[in-house]
Amino acid sequence: MFRTALRNVLAHKARLLMTVLAVMLGVAFVSGTLVFTNTISDAYQKSSAKGFDQVDVAVQPEYAEDKGDKLGKDPELTRPLLDKAAAAPGADSAIGVVTGFTAIADKDGKLIGGGFQSQGGNYWGEKDPRYPIRTGKAPSGKDEVALDVKTAERAGYEVGDKIRISVDGPVLTPTVTAIFTTDDGNVAAGGSLALFDTATAQRLFHKSGTYDEIDVKAAPGTSQSALQANLDKVLPKDVASTTTGQELADDQAVQIEASMSGLKTGLLVFAGIALFVGTFIIANTFTMLVAQRTKELALLRAVGASRKQVTRSVLLEAFLVGAVAAVTGLLAGIGIGAGLRALMGTLDAAVPDGPLVITPGTVVTSFAVGILITMLAAWLPGRRAAKIPPVAAMSSVHAAATTKSLVLRNTLGALFAAAGTAVVLYATTMNGSDGQAPMGFGAVLLIIGVFILTPLLSRPLIAGAAPALRIFGVSGKLARQNSVRNPRRTAATASALMIGLTLITGMTVMAGSLQKSIDKMATSALEADYVVSMANFNSLSPDVEKKLAEADGVTATSPMRNAPARIEGETEYLTGVNGSTIGGLTDLKVDSGSFEVGDARVVVDDGTAKDHGWKAGSTFTVSYEDDRKEKLTVAGVYEGNEMISGIMVDTATLAPHETDPRDMQVLVKTDGGPSDATKDGLEKALGQNPAVKVQDKQDVSNDIAQMFTLMLNMLYGLLAMAVIVAVLGVINTLAMSVFERSQEIGMLRAIGLDRKGIKRMVRLESLVISLFGGVLGVGLGVFFGWAAGELLAGKMPTYELVLPWDRMAVFLLLAAVVGVLAALWPARRAARLNMLSAIKSE
Amino acid sequence: MTTTPLAERTTAVAARATELSKVYGQGETQVVALDRVSVDFRQAEFTAIMGPSGSGKSTLMHCVAGLDSFSSGSVRIGETELGSLKDKQLTKLRRDKIGFIFQAFNLLPTLTALENITLPMDIAGRKPDKQWLDTVIAMVGLADRLSHRPSQLSGGQQQRVAVARALASRPDIIFGDEPTGNLDSRSGAEVLGFLRNSVRELGQTVVMVTHDPVAAAYADRVVFLADGRVVDEVHAPTADAVLDRMKRFDSKGRTS
Repeated sequence: MFRTALRNVLAHKARLLMTVLAVMLGVAFVSGTLVFTNTISDAYQKSSAKGFDQVDVAVQPEYAEDKGDKLGKDPELTRPLLDKAAAAPGADSAIGVVTGFTAIADKDGKLIGGGFQSQGGNYWGEKDPRYPIRTGKAPSGKDEVALDVKTAERAGYEVGDKIRISVDGPVLTPTVTAIFTTDDGNVAAGGSLALFDTATAQRLFHKSGTYDEIDVKAAPGTSQSALQANLDKVLPKDVASTTTGQELADDQAVQIEASMSGLKTGLLVFAGIALFVGTFIIANTFTMLVAQRTKELALLRAVGASRKQVTRSVLLEAFLVGAVAAVTGLLAGIGIGAGLRALMGTLDAAVPDGPLVITPGTVVTSFAVGILITMLAAWLPGRRAAKIPPVAAMSSVHAAATTKSLVLRNTLGALFAAAGTAVVLYATTMNGSDGQAPMGFGAVLLIIGVFILTPLLSRPLIAGAAPALRIFGVSGKLARQNSVRNPRRTAATASALMIGLTLITGMTVMAGSLQKSIDKMATSALEADYVVSMANFNSLSPDVEKKLAEADGVTATSPMRNAPARIEGETEYLTGVNGSTIGGLTDLKVDSGSFEVGDARVVVDDGTAKDHGWKAGSTFTVSYEDDRKEKLTVAGVYEGNEMISGIMVDTATLAPHETDPRDMQVLVKTDGGPSDATKDGLEKALGQNPAVKVQDKQDVSNDIAQMFTLMLNMLYGLLAMAVIVAVLGVINTLAMSVFERSQEIGMLRAIGLDRKGIKRMVRLESLVISLFGGVLGVGLGVFFGWAAGELLAGKMPTYELVLPWDRMAVFLLLAAVVGVLAALWPARRAARLNMLSAIKSE
Repeated sequence: MTTTPLAERTTAVAARATELSKVYGQGETQVVALDRVSVDFRQAEFTAIMGPSGSGKSTLMHCVAGLDSFSSGSVRIGETELGSLKDKQLTKLRRDKIGFIFQAFNLLPTLTALENITLPMDIAGRKPDKQWLDTVIAMVGLADRLSHRPSQLSGGQQQRVAVARALASRPDIIFGDEPTGNLDSRSGAEVLGFLRNSVRELGQTVVMVTHDPVAAAYADRVVFLADGRVVDEVHAPTADAVLDRMKRFDSKGRTS
């Protein structure tokens, strides 16, 4: 049987090619994902492990919980504590670690690394073992800084250069005194690191006299755990908690693994979609191969092969195809993994160096996925093959394709589709998260229903295209009839394309609607001309507001200050605002009371008010950071949104209780309204700070739009794979059709249809099938997009459905392009068919 | 198209092959399928081409009908020399001047009988001549089967559709490639009768390749081919005369 299967595979190389390609692409996606994520996570692990080389035991502040009406305050790691740790038995030395955000501008004044991995720290003493200096001398005093070698190279900075940096507001211009190398994982991952002497770091990062962590190095011969035990004895339990370097490295490894697993899962979902689409092609191909080989298989049965053996021979064939696809897919996947890493290397998002990691798991998964999927998809055709009666070998005619009634299928499909639609519609009436599960369930039911129904749907939908096809004369007519000739095959081909387009359209509708609503939310409640914030949404120093208030043309400013407090036994964040200006800077709808912030009068958003059972006039007691209490009165309740919510308190009320106030944003109103000149003025007032963003409403909108565009583009990229596989499916189907109808095509050529006409016929058939899939996909996508939006609408008052007509047109056009492209090769083949061999009966 | 006087009909040539050769392969493996064949097919004449397997009879027909290329010599359909035509022109020639009947019927299963009959004109984008179409349909006796699909018709009926298709566009010449090969003798006789009637009554020119002496007996003339050459010609044949002639090939032994 094996030999028969092998011969069959070899005999149908060309026809199996598309199948192999489809499976291969899916497998390559899977293995590429695994190789890439494994490689990256391995590289991160190694680099982070290296980063902990200098740490035998890390001492961190004990975590203090919020209790009763008191905010928990973490104990401070002070110099005496550090000295105590350094003097502990078995300790060799101790380093106090201070870290914070430090943005570095490049020579054009632009922020290096986007702001999210811009780290600052302290250089410990004369010679810090963590940071071997390559050139220059250790920084000392407020005007000196050291840079890591990668950042220095990237920006072209050398020792002696004056550079512009920013910690939380004002721009600093220290001189680079040293360039150092480091194993710091963050730097290895493309971040920047600037070091100051310890006193400067403590001052800049608002940690006067204290450390974030104390790293203790063990004396030779002392183990990490022994040192930890000794430190635990020496240090006060309620202040310091200790962790060994090994534990830190392990924890970090787990964290890296976890953060990569999200990416991995996400990518694998898309790989799964591509593979799922591929199964349609496999099933199609094997169905056709079996149909073509009816006589041969019947002969096998006639000479004594059992049904099982026939099924097995088909499955064996599938196994071989799957194995070939798995091998090539794995190789392609390794290529993709290597390529992606190289790509990330050339982008700013540098990843630590490391070897390409191909685990046995990757290899096993690739083979399992490739072979199992192929065999699974070939199972039904295999069973059908077994049902061929031995007598079929004797009949001279090809057994006609089983035109089994579609009645059962249609009934089943209608049931599924109706149930799915009903559940989805029901879910839209539920609110928010309650509706998610039923909606997902309904969506799956509906998609399955549509799959089952596509053969039925193909007739009316394609008949609808008849008027358009009539323009193309006899080619158009034949194309239309050919496309509904084998409804199951047409359906499977179109479904493959449908899946991708459903997802793409659904995502686009949702993203477009969400973007619109978030945009509205972000800008409609805002009267301010500008919003000033940190590039990475870190907090700003209050100096920023002061500087802005003094700038030309500024009429009003208010910070949005975050202050933790205990209210009614819970931790709440108060929003500190300038009570006299906030009313003019925002446009919030007041539900009850008045919008009045000052002294002990505050305004509260409707959500918070409901949680606490407050209304206008209610009073409550708040316990501040310094544990002092105050009685506040709710002056009004306003309608909150995602951007502005919470308890608004005047900064003057908060000020006496705060040691280190931090602003999240500053709202600015100017007399001229937003203009380029005004914006320039504000930026100048802040000293052209690379880390601070000055944005008008349009900028905020653009930012939001950009975020959505980026997300959508990524999704499009990932879903492109499913579309490519679907294209292979269309090619496959057309090639099959051309092959099966070679006699008809030969006749048409003989009686006078020229090559162009034949090509046009195949192309139009392809177009019809693709557009059929496209219309179904876009239709379903819009429905799902609408339904998911209905769920969100409950949570977002500003939600409204936005139908991206232009995009939908593009998607349909894409389907048409898919059709035309897929037909290129089959159409050429059809046109080149040898008439004579085609019209000779077998 | 127009009714030509009988005298002229018998002399005018619908298709002519002159010194026609067709050679496959090169050197040692060279096979000569046609060896300087010269033959005329006169208008309003029913010609049968016969010969043992491998004699080149099908190749001759394919070359004359513009379905296959030839190595040397010339082929004319009416006034048109085929040798110089490109594929596109050949296709147009087949569409407008030639009708075909194949052994395997070769109807499109998706089209109805009527649509199959008018297919050549659909391809050309011409409206069929209604009156002529009715005449042809009536002749082949398909009037009540026009909306059936090929799968709903018997083999004989399918071949009658094919005959009607060939006649419907009033081609200069109709080529049949074993048109009765897949039919039982009764259906075969019917089809041959139609072909003969089309020649006698409608002045159609028909050339048919066959290996069946009974079929050949319907023709006005039988041309015998062997080893790629015309070896004999019989006018007003009877089945017995054809059979006798064929037997002489057999006694020489079949060539392939």
